[in-house]
Amino acid sequence: MAEGTSNEYWRWPEGKWTNPDIDWKKGTIIAAGVDVGSVSSQVVVVVDGELYSFGNTRTGYDSPDSARKAMHIALEETGLTVNNIDYCIGTGYGRVNVPMAQRTITEIACHARGANFMYGPEVRTVMDMGGQDCKAINCDEKGKVLNFMMNDKCAAGTGRGMEVFADLIRVPVWEIGPRSFQIEKEPPMISSTCVVFAKSEVVGLLEQGVPENDIMAAYCAAMAHRIMELLNRLGVHEKFVITGGIAKNEGVVKRLEKELGIKTAEKKWHKPEYKNYPFDTQIAGAAGAALFAEAMVSKGKAKSVRKA
Amino acid sequence: MLAFYGFKDGSGDWFITIDTDKCTGCGACVEVCPTQALAVGENAYDPFSEVHVARVKDEERKKIRYACAPCEPGYGAKPPPCVAVCEPGAIAHSEAWQQSYGNK
Amino acid sequence: MIVAGIDLGGKNAHVVILKDDEVVAQGENATGIQKAVAAETVYDETLNKAGFNRKDVKRVVATGSAGKRVAFADGVIPDAAADARGVNRLFPSARTVIDVGAEEGRAIKISPEGKVLDFAINEKCAAGTGTFVEAMARALEISVEEMATISLKSNSSIPMNAQCAVFGESEVVSLIHQKVEKQDIAKAVHDAIAGRIASVARIIGLEKDVVVIGGMAKNNGFIDSLKKETHLDVIVPPDPDFVGALGAAVAAASGVLQEQVEAKVVELETVEEGQAS
Repeated sequence: MAEGTSNEYWRWPEGKWTNPDIDWKKGTIIAAGVDVGSVSSQVVVVVDGELYSFGNTRTGYDSPDSARKAMHIALEETGLTVNNIDYCIGTGYGRVNVPMAQRTITEIACHARGANFMYGPEVRTVMDMGGQDCKAINCDEKGKVLNFMMNDKCAAGTGRGMEVFADLIRVPVWEIGPRSFQIEKEPPMISSTCVVFAKSEVVGLLEQGVPENDIMAAYCAAMAHRIMELLNRLGVHEKFVITGGIAKNEGVVKRLEKELGIKTAEKKWHKPEYKNYPFDTQIAGAAGAALFAEAMVSKGKAKSVRKA
Repeated sequence: MLAFYGFKDGSGDWFITIDTDKCTGCGACVEVCPTQALAVGENAYDPFSEVHVARVKDEERKKIRYACAPCEPGYGAKPPPCVAVCEPGAIAHSEAWQQSYGNK
Repeated sequence: MIVAGIDLGGKNAHVVILKDDEVVAQGENATGIQKAVAAETVYDETLNKAGFNRKDVKRVVATGSAGKRVAFADGVIPDAAADARGVNRLFPSARTVIDVGAEEGRAIKISPEGKVLDFAINEKCAAGTGTFVEAMARALEISVEEMATISLKSNSSIPMNAQCAVFGESEVVSLIHQKVEKQDIAKAVHDAIAGRIASVARIIGLEKDVVVIGGMAKNNGFIDSLKKETHLDVIVPPDPDFVGALGAAVAAASGVLQEQVEAKVVELETVEEGQAS
């Protein structure tokens, strides 16, 4: 959970959005999901099951503070406050520390539900790479988990693994994907799985004068390969979607598609009315949590805590 | 639902799988595990389900390689205690232990 | 007879020269990126120290993760075999060897004659190696030596959640931010890796006497944690990072150029006197 430093090669830009087509005051159930990850935090607010607003920020040292910050960003300029929320569910790495949540649900369940909401009922396999983990989930047409596998022990194949590399070669994460394709020929992938040993391997390649773009290609290829191994153990079925920060890294995504022989679903909203809304793959977990919150209240499984 | 508990690192894929459709939540595996790595409780992955099932404890997942090694899953003279005691056959281990420690 | 053993590891290269079965010189060097060159350099430097030339040496046996890169070696034996011979030579009572280097951690069950009976390795993962401790030391902004010293002053027992060197670094930074004392963090790091090493050792069984070698054995903080974790008074020889090279030299003296080591099975191939060049 590193705070910002002067060389922020790993920092994805923060995001926020509010739905201009919804007036929350006219809604019946206002539900929120808070996903506090090891590296980034998101809040999604849904009004009667429709996407209302979201906020995306870097997780700091303090999980509760990160939750509050993300909530603040999501609610900014909406007039909505925490007191107007009927039910809030926390998820993610720091889910036990979300002060405004009434309960928590695992990120596995939330990502499946969120991916179903964002990409549609044809989704069957979700791969989410967070800051410090990598999850593979198969789900049904309702976004219910059929099987899952998660690695959060080893940095290889996690967002952190890519960040360490970005720091080492001093290239921002969002440049690595595109630059990894500005090469003449695909190089052999980095052979060490372990990020620490891979760093030494990269240093060796740099000293040998291998071009930086080639090294980026080699690293992305290695990461894609690890993910492929994890996914194949579980079984991958279309529609196949990727959520989390890594979905924004084409260098890994395209190579993963090639290894699997399956293309990821297009990054666009399933609902046609959402056509022009921003599609941020990092909000899937929070979106799923918000939808669970809404379902629990509407099905009478939980009582609204709305104060105003 | 098939839950994979464990991790993947440079040394291999170390996972215990629990099939919650087969698991009855009887808790026999919890009793026999020498490292107390298992527990029975709510299915965290289906928030609307009331059924209790077995899982690997959260604090054990990242060390499961060492927790299970003494039971020699996949290559010992007998199956590990949790597998032996599970009537519906809901619990299993990945091949990593056998690949790393079994007779080659 | 003069023989030499060279242990070309991921981080450091060690050389031991035996004359009529006595250690007459030893030397070490960083392996660096050019491993083969590092081997040549440290070998020649050590020979020089002893006042010998290459042609004075009857046989050279190499070991270590990069053992096969030693161009001038007459034979290469696996680390486990070298460790077993080296430890047996120093401690005939040893039955378990724990060798933690920069890139690998292993536990070896050895016979009274110094043969490998069984072994288990922590490889391809920095969390079970010296690299883990170095990474944590960097996060603490102190040297490994300092980390070893201050950890002995701590009485706390903070368990580390992370089982990875990269996540561990984040966790250490987090602990620093929570104003946990550096000595307590240092101890937490040593406890964490001692736990993993002990787990590997338990796979083959911790039978006394347990001898700990490799670069990490020089870390008193780690050794203290390991003793507490295993409830055993483990033995650490002086210059524990040279024992692999010593074992390779002992193999050279016995005419052993090749050795196959498998868990639970050992095969030995000895060269006939007169055949070796």
